[in-house]
Amino acid sequence: MTTLDPVTLAVLNGRLEQIVDEMDATLFRSAFNPIIAEAHDASHGIYHRSTGETLAQGKSGLPIFVGAMAFAVKTVIEKAASDNDLADGDVYIFNDPWDGGTHLSDFRLVQPIYRNNKVFCWIASVGHWHDVGGAVPGNYNPAATEAFQEGFVCPPVKLFRKGEYQRDIQAMLEANSRLPLSLYGDLNAQINALNLGAQRLHAILDEYGDDIIDGAMMALKDRAEMLMRREIARLPDGVFAAIDYMDNDGVVDEALKLCLKITVNGDTMKLDFSGSASSCLGPINISKATTHAACYVAMKHVFDEIPANAGAMVPIEVIIPEGSVLAATSPKPVGGYTETILRLIDLVFQAIAEAAPQRTNGCAYGTINALSIAGRRTKTGAPWVMFSFFGGGHGGSFDEDGLQHGNAPISTATIPPLEILEAAYPIVFRQWALRPDSGGPGKHRGGLGAIYEIELLEESAHAFLFGERARTSPPGVLGGKAAAPNRFFYDVEGAEDRNIPPMASKIVGIPLKRGMRLRLETPGGGGYGDPKQRSRQAISADLNAGYISFDAAIQDYGDFS
Amino acid sequence: MSSWIVGVDVGGTFTDIFAINPKTGEVKTAKTPSTPSDQSIGFLNGLTSVANLESIDAVVHGTTVGTNALLERKGARTGLIATEGFRDVLEMRRRDRPRTWGLRGTFRPVAQRQDRKEVPERVLSDGTIEHPVDIEAVETAARDLASAGCEAIAIAFVNAYANVKNEQAAREAVMRVWPNAHITAATDILPEIREFERTSTAVLNAYLQPAMGRYLGRLQGTLGPDGATLLIVQSNGGLMTADEASRSPVRTALSGPAAGVVAARAVGLSAGYPNVIGCDMGGTSFDVSLIADGRTALAAETSIDFGMVIRAPMVEITTIGAGGGSIAWIDAGGMLRIGPESAGADPGPACYGKGGNRPTVTDANVLLGRINPDNPIGGELGCLDITSAEKAIRTAIAEPLGLSEVDAAEAIIKVANAAMAGAIRIVSIERGHDPSKFVAMPFGGGGALHAGALIREVGLAGALSPRYPGVLSALGANIADMRLDRVQTINAPLNELREGLLSELASRFWEEGSAKLANSRVPIEETCVEIELDMHYQGQTHSIPVRLPGDQLSSINFNADAVQIAFEAAYRTAFSRLLAGPPIRVMNLRVAVIGRRPPFELERLSPIGGSLELAQRGTRRVYADGGWHEASIFSRLELPVGARIAGPAILEQPDATIFVDPGLSAEVDRLGNIFMHPA
Repeated sequence: MTTLDPVTLAVLNGRLEQIVDEMDATLFRSAFNPIIAEAHDASHGIYHRSTGETLAQGKSGLPIFVGAMAFAVKTVIEKAASDNDLADGDVYIFNDPWDGGTHLSDFRLVQPIYRNNKVFCWIASVGHWHDVGGAVPGNYNPAATEAFQEGFVCPPVKLFRKGEYQRDIQAMLEANSRLPLSLYGDLNAQINALNLGAQRLHAILDEYGDDIIDGAMMALKDRAEMLMRREIARLPDGVFAAIDYMDNDGVVDEALKLCLKITVNGDTMKLDFSGSASSCLGPINISKATTHAACYVAMKHVFDEIPANAGAMVPIEVIIPEGSVLAATSPKPVGGYTETILRLIDLVFQAIAEAAPQRTNGCAYGTINALSIAGRRTKTGAPWVMFSFFGGGHGGSFDEDGLQHGNAPISTATIPPLEILEAAYPIVFRQWALRPDSGGPGKHRGGLGAIYEIELLEESAHAFLFGERARTSPPGVLGGKAAAPNRFFYDVEGAEDRNIPPMASKIVGIPLKRGMRLRLETPGGGGYGDPKQRSRQAISADLNAGYISFDAAIQDYGDFS
Repeated sequence: MSSWIVGVDVGGTFTDIFAINPKTGEVKTAKTPSTPSDQSIGFLNGLTSVANLESIDAVVHGTTVGTNALLERKGARTGLIATEGFRDVLEMRRRDRPRTWGLRGTFRPVAQRQDRKEVPERVLSDGTIEHPVDIEAVETAARDLASAGCEAIAIAFVNAYANVKNEQAAREAVMRVWPNAHITAATDILPEIREFERTSTAVLNAYLQPAMGRYLGRLQGTLGPDGATLLIVQSNGGLMTADEASRSPVRTALSGPAAGVVAARAVGLSAGYPNVIGCDMGGTSFDVSLIADGRTALAAETSIDFGMVIRAPMVEITTIGAGGGSIAWIDAGGMLRIGPESAGADPGPACYGKGGNRPTVTDANVLLGRINPDNPIGGELGCLDITSAEKAIRTAIAEPLGLSEVDAAEAIIKVANAAMAGAIRIVSIERGHDPSKFVAMPFGGGGALHAGALIREVGLAGALSPRYPGVLSALGANIADMRLDRVQTINAPLNELREGLLSELASRFWEEGSAKLANSRVPIEETCVEIELDMHYQGQTHSIPVRLPGDQLSSINFNADAVQIAFEAAYRTAFSRLLAGPPIRVMNLRVAVIGRRPPFELERLSPIGGSLELAQRGTRRVYADGGWHEASIFSRLELPVGARIAGPAILEQPDATIFVDPGLSAEVDRLGNIFMHPA
């Protein structure tokens, strides 16, 4: 390995980041399904040849993959080693969530980059496909008790063998999806991204030489580790704990407890999840790989200036109790992994608040609210699936109030324009608005959640929702109060009042007829600091804008006039 | 005796003038101090410094009034009338956040929530009017907003792109009760699908109307009722009339930079380089633009700041925080970094001697001998303080890295160059262009110091320094064409489009556009049209721009087969592989009507006479590639056509310094441009 001067390192750091960013951009522009193209539920990176550790990761992809993809690449490395079958031009494809992290919707393409007949490093592309079979269109099945009800499982298999495309693999994948055309488009777009990444990597390797690039990748990882140690060392030593809850697992209506104890010791940190609930029947289990990835995302939010590579996690030990909801194995359902990791991130913000008050924030809205509406067109009989995630408020922070209607901390997703949704599907929005009084009170108020009301224009359809935070609201920090909880209502034929799902925000197959409506009211963000310290000026500005009602102002802020 | 056409570019420090007399062939340039508190004063001073007001035919202006009002949030208090249930679309954005990592940062829309009113009305996505607009509610809302103190108002209804009737009716109603002309109906500006982008563009337009109207009114008052025609450069590089600019000020958000890109294109084309990368290096940033095959790359949408989205064709400008004043620093991990923090104008780089003690890119250039410390660019500063530059670099960079001061200075330049090269790669390689077919065109004061290094770093064919880099934007304003853009959302499969639909819409926009051009009092040689379709495979949400060949309606083929061929060619260029199966869809039709103005012969700027010997100003020690070199110094404007100079050399002129790196060669072309390339 070559030792590099800081100038060359700075130059190469930019070049490597540019390659992975460009892979992201290529996929977003050419993908078919809006979950990749608009919501950016995808990621690309460069990984270590033997450990699979992340060496560089695109900045615009889904943050959770930054941690998870290392496990996916590691899985392929082990598979290739045990088969003793790896060649230049091979590309593996798989969606196994227990070894590779996240859930079945995420298809990973993993490719070795060969130099001088040896693997130099790996590149990978992961993207969330629109539909991978299972019981529920769009694969958010809150009632699943086995992964087989969530979609089909694809172990690591070769999509390209020595550069030759395996059409029968594509055929197998397409045959298992409700939306084979979308799958075909996304698969092609991911291949585009890998081609581009390989081309750019070879170009920079030819330009600088393999040793220099190898040295740069290792040096950048060491640098991230060193920076993280410095930041941890600045925190006071001690133990900082938090407890939070999931509403239920979608199958059994019982709250699930999640515990975190953070121990800061010099320049190292321990994240211990002991005491968390045992693995559950429903689909909010997550694999160990996913738990690690969630810790990574939380740390990146707290220490946002640390570079995104494996070095950042070296000083941090993560303890995941066996048999818990955070250590799922096959065939436990994991489709709702997003909800569980959001809660882990909330735990980190709460636990670390006392140690790092300027770096934490009130918890964000804490649920992606995956809502799908599916049916057939009366005229043509063609199936349609509308699927989207919805936004909510961010928490207040040391400096200011939380952002209104932001995206989830695990993603950089944007929401499709309502006009695009109305043009593509037989639905009409009756409201798309901020939700007053939903932000957690505090010195710095949490941002507001949203209200979305949707009406069906077709004869009939079914709706599915996978949400959370209806029973335990997003908490505030350092005296800040909790936000308003998630709420979901739906019309029932012949009934005057709207229904609330028995599992609060998880439900499968609501029957809808023309003119019937769904209403989603998403949580705001938690407050930061004691509401008594909020300035009168800020309270009266909130009243003028209607962010808070007069009654809420009295209740939350007391005598403010 | 009206005869002059005057291009004016108002910058933060100077107002640049580039005047042409088409009858006599005379050219005049001038630089006068800008007057930020009322830009029209500096503007007038600039005009009168080159010609009598009576002798000016037309004034063409690249303005930063709109840009500054947006960046500084100094527009008018603006109200919004929205569809019932949707007034928060503006504040909810597309559910994004300012930064990927760290959940901090917030957003304050320019129209506050209490100034956003809802009225009963609804159009469905297919254009059906489900509820006609409640006119009384519109009038009440408008009256309330006016009495609350709003000075401008926007109207933006859901799905109005599919049927403008409700929104137009509401606009008529607002006009009856609104006390001024600052009214923007979103579909008048942008009849395109995507409610947030359309609403944001409309609201920002209304936000700018009062300030822009007042400013242009003052300028027109100065010019007099029968005086020169006032034309404004749009963000896409085309010109519009001042009246049009007062109505659609949002189209001027990048007016200033766009004028520079127009000039870069013209200079490149006349010198035989249709592929140009514009490199504008200012004090705090490095702005890159691209011209491929003589066509300027435009972006369909730009964010002025988080959540402040403007959807209108604009010159695509990629900005990185690496300007002359960008500060060099060592981060916690021991890595050398440049910017984004800048020393600005005050205190400025350490070498300005105004108390700045942190090293900047300019300080490094001074220490390496590349900038003449006794005669710096701009001429405001007497001479530069090398000792302070050296001290700043020693303390902040050289000592921590264990380097000598000059090696540290060269390291600063190297990292800055790498960042600039990255920006160039984004607009070239990442867009599928081969950099070896492009030349860099440096403008702004410092760009030409770095252009040589960028040739090597990115693998460009060379660098072309225009003869008058400092007044390039004023020149660009002077030679830009008139341009009117229209867009209409189609959103239908190509094979289901009614035959003739595209050509009928295009003809209608053409007629409207050419009538407007005819009324604008601007001499036009030829009127052309550009047709572009936003298209994709059904199922994709992003579109690619598909240009239909031809520049006259009569020669453009709108048949589905021809459109499909154009789409497939564009798709293959973008993503290398076509898809079998999915139908092709047309999202939007874009029509640009362009009035080509009589060409300006850049030959008029060519040097006359001169000799290499007379241009030489001795030599200076310059540090490059780890060692000192004795570099020849030349007075750039005195170099004759055909002169060849081997690097290392430095070419100086009042508003720029060109560094010819060792291993590069520079020659003066017939227009007086310097072309630098590997020897």
